[in-house]
Amino acid sequence: MLPTIMNYIINPLALIIPILLAVALLTLLERKIIAYMQLRKGPNIVGPYGLLQPIADGLKLFVKEPILPSTSSQILFILSPMLALTLALTLWAPLPLPSPAADLNLNILFILALSSLTVYSLLGSGWASNSKYALIGALRAVAQTISYEVTLGLLLLCIIILSGGFNLETFNVTQENMWLILPSWPLAAMWYVSTLAETNRSPFDLTEGESELVSGFNVEYAGGPFALFFLAEYANILLMNTLSVILFLGSSNTLFSPELMTTNLMTKTALLSILFLWVRASYPRFRYDQLMHLTWKSFLPLTLAMVIWHLALPIALTGLPPQL
Amino acid sequence: MNLIIAFMLMTTLIPMALMLISFTLPMMTPDYEKLSPYECGFDPLGSARLPFSIRFFLLAILFLLFDLVIALLLPLPWSSQLPLANHTFFLASTILILLTLGLIYEWQQGGLEWAE
Repeated sequence: MLPTIMNYIINPLALIIPILLAVALLTLLERKIIAYMQLRKGPNIVGPYGLLQPIADGLKLFVKEPILPSTSSQILFILSPMLALTLALTLWAPLPLPSPAADLNLNILFILALSSLTVYSLLGSGWASNSKYALIGALRAVAQTISYEVTLGLLLLCIIILSGGFNLETFNVTQENMWLILPSWPLAAMWYVSTLAETNRSPFDLTEGESELVSGFNVEYAGGPFALFFLAEYANILLMNTLSVILFLGSSNTLFSPELMTTNLMTKTALLSILFLWVRASYPRFRYDQLMHLTWKSFLPLTLAMVIWHLALPIALTGLPPQL
Repeated sequence: MNLIIAFMLMTTLIPMALMLISFTLPMMTPDYEKLSPYECGFDPLGSARLPFSIRFFLLAILFLLFDLVIALLLPLPWSSQLPLANHTFFLASTILILLTLGLIYEWQQGGLEWAE
């Protein structure tokens, strides 16, 4: 009885609740860091150094009246934010930190498949809102997301061939000698930019570009449902960064102190997330056709060549990874 | 019931609980203006169920084809371990070269132009 409760209830909660806490503090971190980069201080009134700001924001969002537009498709309108947050949280289950909450053998495949489902929440929210702005914003967001998913999948395939399997724990073994970013730094660079685009993050945040589309696909959302979209977006950012660290900047699991590996991993995740924020503070937004040009005409041909390269060279130089 | 299903159940219950809180906790006073669709303060001009541009459809089809090719290439980490790895390499290269030819054709015909 106790193992069941532990495994099925407390373990997931022990992963989900710190993630939600981390997401809340990431919103504060973003505001503070962008502020300091703009030579001003971020929120520092609400608590010491503004630490209670996320709680205040959360309270505000859940106490505000949510709007169910009379002309919207109500069920889809309500289900889309729920789907977004569900997926953002579920994707954390198979990540080895160093031991995952749900140990799947085909970790990366699961993550890739589920992250493709977030497109549904974007599309559903845009279409169900029954507002022209929301629809256009949603279409653009979906087009952007699916375009970058192609390069994401092919890049993953390259490093999976180098590493030997779809299991993320083999990546820890692969990187025992050196980080995978060293042999495959072009892949790592393209992967990082693609994760920036996947999470609709600056400079690819066209769909939320306030000056253009007044908040895009979530224009009709207010209060609680908007909070869910917001949480989902930031949870996706943390997830993508954790995945980048596991894939490219891995740390090996020392048997007697797995906490050391977790600390190592999460420190690198925090640094990569700060880089996301740094990029947001530094670069102007991409124009939509520039965004599409980048993925279909710049990244994709290079990625296709990279797949052939990563397939040919290990075979030719007998450097194939061991088969598990 | 295995662990990943239990995890998904938990991650479904939490957003459901949050949605319930957000729809029951606040004071709801809906009025006509609040419930109408947003169009910068004006009354909406025309229906919102627009026909959308054909470029998005083309993009979706392109994504579909590329994703299918990725699905075809997914067995590569196992198939590259076969005793005759040449075969794997030539087959995978054939698939990728055909895909690249398709991409070149699309690019040259302008399908990726204002793919916006």
